[in-house]
Amino acid sequence: MNQLSKPIWISRDYAACSGCRRCELACSIHHEGWMWPEASRVRVFMPFPGLEVPHLCAQCQDYPCIEACPVDALSSDPGTGAVIVDREKCISCGACIRACPGTVPYLHPKDNKATICDLCGGEPKCVEVCTEAGYNALTIVNEGPSIHRKLYSRDPVETAKDLAVKMFGEKGEEVIE
Amino acid sequence: MTPGGYAGKWLDIDLTKNKIEEVTYSDKMLRQYFGGRGLAAKILWDKIGDKWSELDPLAPENPFMVFTGPMTGIYPGTRICVSGKSPASMGTVGSTAATELANEMRQAGYDGVTFTGKADKPVYLMITDDGAELVDASHLWGLDGEKTLIKLNKEVTEELKKRKPNVGLWKEPGMIYIGPAGENLVRNAAVMAKLCHACGYGGYGSLMGSKNIKAVVAKGRGSLPKVDAPEAAKLLWRRTHEHLIARSNMRRVGTGYAGYSVGAETSSEPVRNWQEEWHDEKSYGGPMFETRFWVKKKWADFNCTTNCMKVSCIQTGPWKGDITDMPDYELQAYCGTNFGIFDPEANIHLSALVDQLGHSGINGPNTAAFAVELHQRGILTDKDFGFTPKWGDAMTFDKILRMMAVREKIGDVLAEGTYQAAHIIAKMKGKKPEDLLKYAVHVKGIEIGAHGTRSDADYTHDISYAASVQGGDHTSVAVDGYTDMSAAVFTDSAVFCNFTYYGVPQSLVFDFAKAITGFDINLQNWRGETGPRIVTLQRALLMMGGPELKWEPVKDDDNPPRFYEPLPSGPYKGKTTDREVVDTKLQAYFETLGWDKRGIPTKETLKKLDLADLEKNMAKLR
Repeated sequence: MNQLSKPIWISRDYAACSGCRRCELACSIHHEGWMWPEASRVRVFMPFPGLEVPHLCAQCQDYPCIEACPVDALSSDPGTGAVIVDREKCISCGACIRACPGTVPYLHPKDNKATICDLCGGEPKCVEVCTEAGYNALTIVNEGPSIHRKLYSRDPVETAKDLAVKMFGEKGEEVIE
Repeated sequence: MTPGGYAGKWLDIDLTKNKIEEVTYSDKMLRQYFGGRGLAAKILWDKIGDKWSELDPLAPENPFMVFTGPMTGIYPGTRICVSGKSPASMGTVGSTAATELANEMRQAGYDGVTFTGKADKPVYLMITDDGAELVDASHLWGLDGEKTLIKLNKEVTEELKKRKPNVGLWKEPGMIYIGPAGENLVRNAAVMAKLCHACGYGGYGSLMGSKNIKAVVAKGRGSLPKVDAPEAAKLLWRRTHEHLIARSNMRRVGTGYAGYSVGAETSSEPVRNWQEEWHDEKSYGGPMFETRFWVKKKWADFNCTTNCMKVSCIQTGPWKGDITDMPDYELQAYCGTNFGIFDPEANIHLSALVDQLGHSGINGPNTAAFAVELHQRGILTDKDFGFTPKWGDAMTFDKILRMMAVREKIGDVLAEGTYQAAHIIAKMKGKKPEDLLKYAVHVKGIEIGAHGTRSDADYTHDISYAASVQGGDHTSVAVDGYTDMSAAVFTDSAVFCNFTYYGVPQSLVFDFAKAITGFDINLQNWRGETGPRIVTLQRALLMMGGPELKWEPVKDDDNPPRFYEPLPSGPYKGKTTDREVVDTKLQAYFETLGWDKRGIPTKETLKKLDLADLEKNMAKLR
């Protein structure tokens, strides 16, 4: 845990996401040492071309994932508010995944441990590359917890269905089955 | 040990026997041919060999290949390369498109797939971390691109979830697929991806269709392949993106503003089947597309910050709900100006239509415009079409493109591509083929991209197409037999996008290639040896050709007759491609590559490039 870090949140603007998935690459390089999209703590879903939805932990105020963990493997970082996984304790039961309103956590492809965004200790790599490229789909906001956060913890396909209508009008209703 | 950058396994699939095998290729082969276009040509030659000239490209024996390269997914701009003996040119083309299929396949542990044989019913290939399997695709056969994509996304994601329900949400797979054009063996049909991305050149959509393959999908949860020097590769990755991000105008407008400027400035945009190459139609300017239709202004594929694509959607009227990319310049030209259409909305509709039908947006529409010129010249009649075709009329081309895709009326003939259709129609109408070929804008069976050579003001010149081993392919033009070796020949073999290449120093790219593979690879040895090896092999296979088409050296190493007609309008009025320059440069091109005066690789060259096994066949051509 990093006590020195300040409270931050990764704000997301889905319509601004280009689908470059450089967030996935930067995240996995940081956490895994190499490019590994499916081991990235942020994953970009694309249920239909043009509808790209970055999917990552929203740090709900009531942390249902932490509540659900039967072995206390999850905790929140008192500095950043990120959910921290104790990989030694994790028993890969999937309770956190089921408890999450957006099904954000997943089991790591290598060791099956719960995998959740840790905000890189306060300097998220995904945001760094996204803003470097000028997309600003992911940006840092320096604000404390908000009730809105949980609304971002949502199935990405549902989010994409809304985006579809915004972008394609009536046709948007038909592009995701 | 597998060299860096390769997953290290390829799939060999015999569709007739329903047999799937994993194969590997030697280090030497990977060093000599790298991946994608190069490696595919080598494997094709190894598999087909002396029977090349007898093999019908749509016969079950012709391999259909879906390849990545060692840099795919790692170097910015993911892309897949498909190949096989080309139904359009009878040689080989490395035909690429941006799709996450490429990196997903590598994440699942495979560098590529080679299909041979023919499935007894429509199938798709599903690749996962647990291997590959053929799945019944009867329910998808006949569907257009959009419906295929929507159904496959859902079906495959659900299947993955069923198999591993506890790991969390499954992301959609990457995929390529064909539309009705590919299914109905339209000779220049595309292999499609992501609604509006296409492996367009080469006619591989028909090859896929001939084997009853509707789609290839992959989902891999592994990492991208490990590389030789990971720390260097990570640094170079950041550095490359810095260069791409600095290309502000390309990122801002893509090629979507060229529909006006190429016509008005460089006078090299096809108009009404290339009868003109100039227009100053301001209603066709970039802002007219952007302001009304672009719903996403920065659209990228995996690991790309060039984001040259922009999503377009028509929100009102009879074409409401048509979705495509910008359209990019090529389709602005081929589904717009070359039809005599200067209306952005009609252009978007026709571009979306070719995507849905699975036509190649350049090649299919080239044939459609050719047909309308034949009508203009009185060679084809209203009766052939079932209506009166008119330049500038969107419904004319809407109808022709659909007729081609389902092979209806004259569409059945046009489905053979511009060159072959010219021959068939000549026979139908009792004309000499030359009477029609003067309107056929192709080189060696491959319809030419939307950049003319007459004004000499664009990037395409005299021998750009005439000397290219991929004919009319505007992405792989011939220059001097040296500098062009490190352009598309390289990117199509390393398999990443041209538009994440230009704008990045070539030395940086080759350092990246070395960091990934560990091979002794640099700009000089690629230009002097590896590139020429690939191109010489492609040239040999192209000139072997057959069975129904054989290209004549020098005579067919030329531009279409139209490119020697004086431009009738615009700032370059009266100008034509200079035949003397073409002849001189062609000989220089041959000489640089160690080919004889007819462009047949010499015995010494073959030996030098470790292609001595071509000698017997080349001796016959000399």
